[in-house]
Amino acid sequence: MSWGFLRHLLSGVNKYSTGIGRIWVAVLFVFRLLVYVVAAENIWKYEHDEFECNIQQPGCENVCFDHFFPVSHIRLWALQLIMVSTPSLLVVFHVAYRENREKRHNQKLYKSPGEIDGGLLCTYLISLILKTGFEIVFLVLFYKLYNGFKVPHLVKCDVRPCPNTVDCYISKPTEKMIFLYFLVATSCLCVVLNLGELSYLIFKYCIKCYLKKYIKKHQ
Amino acid sequence: MDWGALHTVLGGVNKHSTSIGKIWLTVLFIFRIMILVVAAEKVWGDEQDDFICNTLQPGCKNVCYDHFFPISHIRLWALQLIFVSTPALLVAMHVAYRRHEKKRQFRKGDQKCEYKDIEEIRKQRFHIEGSLWWTYTSSIFFRLVFEAVFMYAFYFMYDGFRMPRLMKCSAWPCPNTVDCFVSRPTEKTVFTIFMIAVSSICILLNVAELCYLLAKFFLRRSKKAGHQKHHPNHENKEETKQNEMNELISDSCQNTVIGFTS
Repeated sequence: MSWGFLRHLLSGVNKYSTGIGRIWVAVLFVFRLLVYVVAAENIWKYEHDEFECNIQQPGCENVCFDHFFPVSHIRLWALQLIMVSTPSLLVVFHVAYRENREKRHNQKLYKSPGEIDGGLLCTYLISLILKTGFEIVFLVLFYKLYNGFKVPHLVKCDVRPCPNTVDCYISKPTEKMIFLYFLVATSCLCVVLNLGELSYLIFKYCIKCYLKKYIKKHQ
Repeated sequence: MDWGALHTVLGGVNKHSTSIGKIWLTVLFIFRIMILVVAAEKVWGDEQDDFICNTLQPGCKNVCYDHFFPISHIRLWALQLIFVSTPALLVAMHVAYRRHEKKRQFRKGDQKCEYKDIEEIRKQRFHIEGSLWWTYTSSIFFRLVFEAVFMYAFYFMYDGFRMPRLMKCSAWPCPNTVDCFVSRPTEKTVFTIFMIAVSSICILLNVAELCYLLAKFFLRRSKKAGHQKHHPNHENKEETKQNEMNELISDSCQNTVIGFTS
């Protein structure tokens, strides 16, 4: 079980997405997942070992690291990627349900099980809203937990058993900050794509309804 | 998700590339991505552990390392490779969009569609002309821009492409100026120069491909203009035929209207 599994699942989503949805999947895979696996993971690999406090007191370093990093950036990043990808599976499940229904009744119930109309449109819109919601929640969480997206090179710690205020140094703070900004930028791009897709689908649906009413009126 | 997945995606684009494009893709995967994964990552693997400063002051090593390496070579290369590969995805999307349109035509039973089945559409290779030419050329242009930007970023951040053995650091909390020693500087210099050389080769290949596409475009245009010049009668005959048809249509329309009103 690894990121390849998620990628395999999301490749299925691509089939039932709009054009903007496909761009979103491409951005997610290339600029977020791939960057996470090939670059970001290695930066945070030894973060605890390389976290150094100016003190010999046993336990002080551990306690200070835990105080300043309740959840590591990289773990939060991984959780964000998983949570943001999963709402798309609602669409896959709904299409599978439609195909199953057609098989059970042994007749064609839908124009095409994968076409985004009716109930599938609602599911698709809900998945877009959930995706956007998760992105924003994680960005706010990042901001609140770490007081912005900056990574300081020095933190002052006075948690027991540290005897006084102790200087603790974080490893690779600039590199971590660069990648955090990259994460924020790609998250915002994904939010913009999701909102764009949402507007496009709502607009398309309104035009369809309007045209239907107009044709009925003139008949 | 890793470099293998990127290879799968870009491998699909290979079918629709020019010969120079195929060479570029091969150079990218064998001489850059593979070298990065099997060799370079190991050379830089212990970079912070073996970065040693001549001081016992806690925190001095961390601060000096961060000061001299704001972003590691290996991460910068990984980002460069990702950004340089991405424009090819524009071409992949355009090809997928064309295939989708052809499949829609085929399903509608359009007589203009000359394919026998969907499999043929899936396997078909598109020629680089029309709007695909513009997408392909833009992707090469963006590739060139990204390569140049990253090479400049490298040069600017590390003051050239050499890895020094010794760096003098006086950032707080280091007490005075402290000597810090980089691990494996010669090996890192060798790999840096290798990666820069291969980047330059890729830039040359992209420039050559761009020139080739532009030359092909202008040649095709001059051929078309030449063909029009030498066969004007053919064009005029077509025009007169069209004019006759238009007249027939407008006459029949008028008759219909008159018939309807009476």
